[in-house]
Amino acid sequence: MEIFVQQLINGLTLGSIYGLIAIGYTMVFGIIGMVNFAHGDVFMLSAFISLIFFLILTTWLGISSIALALLIVLVIAMVLTSLWGWAIERIAYRPLRGSFRLAPLISAIGVSIFLSNFVQVAQGARNKPTPPMVGDVIVLFQGESGYNVALSYKQIIIMVVTAVLLTIFWYLVQKTTLGRAQRACEQDRKMAALLGINVDRTISLTFVIGAALASVAGTMYLLYYGVVSFNDGFVPGVKAFTAAVLGGIGSLPGAVLGGLIIGLIEVFWSAYFSIEYKDVAAFSILAIVLIFMPSGILGRPEVEKV
Amino acid sequence: MNAPSITTTAQTEAVTRSFDLGAAFKDALKTALIMLGLSIPILSYRTDQSGAELFLTPRWGLVAILCAIVFGLRLVLHAFTASRAYRQATPAAHQATEAVHAEPSAFQHVSRFAIPFFLGVALAFPLLIYLIQGGLNESRYWVDLGILILTYVMLGWGLNIVVGLAGLLDLGYVAFYAVGAYSYALLSTTFGLSFWICLPLAGILAAFWGMILGFPVLRLRGDYLAIVTLAFGEIIRLVLINWVDLTNGGAGISSIPRATFFGLPFTAGEGGFAATFGLEFNGMHRMIFLYYLILALALLTNFVTMRLRKLPVGRAWEALREDEIACRSLGINTTNTKLTAFSIGAMFGGFAGSFFAVRQGFVSPESFNFLESAIILAIVVLGGMGSQIGVAIAAIVLVGGPEILRNLTFLQAIFGSGFDPNEYRLLLFGAGMVAMMVWRPRGLISEREPSVILKERKAISGSLVKEGHG
Repeated sequence: MEIFVQQLINGLTLGSIYGLIAIGYTMVFGIIGMVNFAHGDVFMLSAFISLIFFLILTTWLGISSIALALLIVLVIAMVLTSLWGWAIERIAYRPLRGSFRLAPLISAIGVSIFLSNFVQVAQGARNKPTPPMVGDVIVLFQGESGYNVALSYKQIIIMVVTAVLLTIFWYLVQKTTLGRAQRACEQDRKMAALLGINVDRTISLTFVIGAALASVAGTMYLLYYGVVSFNDGFVPGVKAFTAAVLGGIGSLPGAVLGGLIIGLIEVFWSAYFSIEYKDVAAFSILAIVLIFMPSGILGRPEVEKV
Repeated sequence: MNAPSITTTAQTEAVTRSFDLGAAFKDALKTALIMLGLSIPILSYRTDQSGAELFLTPRWGLVAILCAIVFGLRLVLHAFTASRAYRQATPAAHQATEAVHAEPSAFQHVSRFAIPFFLGVALAFPLLIYLIQGGLNESRYWVDLGILILTYVMLGWGLNIVVGLAGLLDLGYVAFYAVGAYSYALLSTTFGLSFWICLPLAGILAAFWGMILGFPVLRLRGDYLAIVTLAFGEIIRLVLINWVDLTNGGAGISSIPRATFFGLPFTAGEGGFAATFGLEFNGMHRMIFLYYLILALALLTNFVTMRLRKLPVGRAWEALREDEIACRSLGINTTNTKLTAFSIGAMFGGFAGSFFAVRQGFVSPESFNFLESAIILAIVVLGGMGSQIGVAIAAIVLVGGPEILRNLTFLQAIFGSGFDPNEYRLLLFGAGMVAMMVWRPRGLISEREPSVILKERKAISGSLVKEGHG
């Protein structure tokens, strides 16, 4: 029972991170129908940006308050990663509108390879550890066998930040002009353009928002694991994509729900079955969902238009 | 002397008139600023480790150089587009039409000579290297490189069946390469079967796996298919790592029996290859044999593909690539078509895999990661999907290029002694894939074209105007 509760907490934390990345996949798929294969690497890149700014703030500028440093890092990482998201869309995806159907995916794979090797060349191939940032835990209750169920401050920060950003983001998509433009483009891009919506700008903004949320995930990942390396984008990226597919691609609540489910499955699988096969579990879910339930839990069934 | 210089100045004046220098300058500055934003902090600070602590090394000089390069390139790009716009605005009518007609015929002209030329070079390669390097042992490095390139040529041609001909984007092709390699490794180490029995078996097993993995993804198209094949590829690799009883896990299988010359081992003693043919023993005999083996396998792949393209199944693949719905409405069995493409592509992957195992004498799951799939895909994409000679040239450039760059000493003089082009290889692969999709989505070296065209070609092929998931 204690282990179960503990794993539940861990799973929800991990799931929040996946959910944040999954939103980037689901929005981009919703609006232009492509799998942004490079999104996982954007997430990895943002973790590096956070790492470097965290080092600058703590060692050079001497900011001792971790909370303040974390807040500044979060804002800077969001801005800089958004710039990357924008630039990637502008360079690698926008010229391909109207090209043949596999072109955007191949281009995205190219961007993904480029980004991970760019970080490897720029920062070196070794794992980058951070000094432990937030170490304190709250012991929720003690089990009979002496096993403490603990909720660390890290986990609280991750879940709270995720919840707050999702609320802001939800408001953005549901209530603002930008969100309406985005949903209009999602439904019918040509019609939206005819009605005076700047489609290119809306798509760019989608990538910017996706990258900003991925950067939050990157910072949280760094906070949680305390280590990042240049090839950390691939597997979390695929898992987040699995989450997006599981929740129903194109659906925002679905992405978050899928993220939480994938996080829970991964953690429980590791705890109760085998830790070696945890990635196999994630990949199998991806294959099974795509084959048998391509519209996911909350997604709309896809209608094939000729 | 006066007359031509007057016309050129007149032309440049006209160009500069249509070319707004101020706006171009502003735009280039903006691009350089974006570059600056992108390089903060990932390029401007390098994290280095001393003990358990990370510290930062600033590299603003590098960032400044990069921003200057981007600024310059953007300015040149503006000048280039402006001058092209000027030339297009005042075209010489006869020149324009000539250029359009000259291009394809020039290419066909080249390709008619290119194929026998490449074939001849490939066949004579060990001899040429022997003559150039002046000895068998000296040519070891080059023959080894030749083997490596040909392995990728074969893999590229195998994947070309799936991606280029049938239009099914397979991101897990390396799984079949792994199946082939492990089939040979396991069959030969546990049952003692020889390479010549294992080679067809490896192909059959890989084709079988191609079918097994092909079945569930039949309904999927485009992006989803790609992602599921990626997942399958990763699952096979993870199983190879974790199923320690069978595959010896991450440590891999070592001491795999070497290839024999149709039963004659390449050993120094009695009954070996050298003794039977009355030659002096040399380890290079085996290398040269391997070279011709992979050349033969690659040519077999090419031959079979070229033949299949002319058979109904090949026509069906191409039809499937161009338009699946039209294909189905014309009564083509898309299930069988897809499965044959998957399994035949996988079979050649399996052959290449078992060759890989016999060459290395060692297999481990790390040789079969996603990056390997991506490299093979990059070869197919950069070569122009569907084009056989294009794939071969792309493999030579992408695999051989970095190796040759490494040996150029003047690059080290420019970039410092620690410069290793291999580090930048994948960086360039990635950038190259994007550039290809943006500028020449149908291939840099040649264009893939349907083998048969009814009546005349439309100006734009159907697949060019489609987008998204179609």
